[in-house]
Amino acid sequence: MNTSARKPSALRRVVSDPVSRRRFLALTGGTTAAGALLAACGNDDDEGDATAATTEDDMASQFGEGDLGIVNYALTLEYLEAAFYAEVAKSGLFKGDDLALIERIGQAEQEHVDALTATAKQLGGQPAAEPKAEFPLDDAKSVLELAATVENLGAAAYLGQAAAISDPEILAAALSIHSVEGRHAAVLNTLVGMPATPDGAFAQGADMQTVLEEVQPFIT
Amino acid sequence: MQKPVNAAPELAAIEVEETFSRSALLVRGALAAGALYGATAVTPLIRKAFAQGSMGDIDILNFALTLEYLEAAFYEEAAGVKGLSSEVAGYVKTFGEEEQEHVDALTATIRDLGGMPVEAPGVDFGDAFSSADKFIALAITLEDTGVSAYNGAAPMIESKDLLATAGGIVQVEARHAAAIRYAAGEDPAPEAFDPTLTADEVLAAVQPFVKS
Repeated sequence: MNTSARKPSALRRVVSDPVSRRRFLALTGGTTAAGALLAACGNDDDEGDATAATTEDDMASQFGEGDLGIVNYALTLEYLEAAFYAEVAKSGLFKGDDLALIERIGQAEQEHVDALTATAKQLGGQPAAEPKAEFPLDDAKSVLELAATVENLGAAAYLGQAAAISDPEILAAALSIHSVEGRHAAVLNTLVGMPATPDGAFAQGADMQTVLEEVQPFIT
Repeated sequence: MQKPVNAAPELAAIEVEETFSRSALLVRGALAAGALYGATAVTPLIRKAFAQGSMGDIDILNFALTLEYLEAAFYEEAAGVKGLSSEVAGYVKTFGEEEQEHVDALTATIRDLGGMPVEAPGVDFGDAFSSADKFIALAITLEDTGVSAYNGAAPMIESKDLLATAGGIVQVEARHAAAIRYAAGEDPAPEAFDPTLTADEVLAAVQPFVKS
């Protein structure tokens, strides 16, 4: 339809095109904040069995400060989403159009993971490690309800961070993901009998603590 | 004249790669906004854009307001479209009310900031209401365009409060687009990263529906 008039987002080109990626690296190379060093402290070693006792506050602090912290927070959420859809797709609970939709959404979440990982590195930091996660996959209805919950939460998480992002290019990238999460949320909402726009005309953001409390039960 | 936008060197550079400069975009944005509501109105916007090297938040809000006016008018006229499923008919009502809320909120915000809200443009959606398919096709175009317009403009917003508000609106536009797309059997989220549109691209997309 109007797709010919639209351009792929800058980040997407950055991810897929090594030339753009080099340019992006050159552009963002100077923006690395002190927060990057702090965030690097959230290292792989913390992601194993030690996370069983991790509180939301600990999780939040291990993302570090500044844009890199936000990117790693988003990356953690995207890891959870991608893992969730991968499990759902394998569960055998869905087939046909529903399975195709789930696979499409899962593919998008994986692209978000890849892009955010690249972005964290470009900011000079260490990308957050993939959390170990488990999701209840009892029946199709409850899985779709969980998917809707996760997507609404994901959209709210991005919205909650938008004003805190310093770098306009990171902000642009986050916005281009944020609206896709909103799209996913809307479709899943309609599939489980919820309104496409549950907040009405103005979607509400969620802060990091609220979001991490919500996802904590799925992190093992 | 083209004062460097020192707050956003990365953005400026990225946009050069996209074959337009930030300043050029902003001037074109002013032109585009002006074209939507008449040649006389564009002059102060252009003057301001040239003088400051950028459009301020009020100008961006007025551009968004123009789009919201279009969307609100579109859904209002769509109330009589025949052959819509009950699901889509429900969207026409709900989404139309939400676009009107966006109009009201943007109008109030522009006034709060000491600005002058643009007036509603005249609209002509052609034969878009002659069938359910034609209505849905244009609804998808308008909503997708709205998403890309907000995503393109939002990084230029200086006020963090306004940015959060714009984010809350763009997410709703994305939800509208996805719901209508899915109801029509189309991919609700065709790309993993929603594309952005420049102001002039937005103008090109909506120009056919604006009566001068």
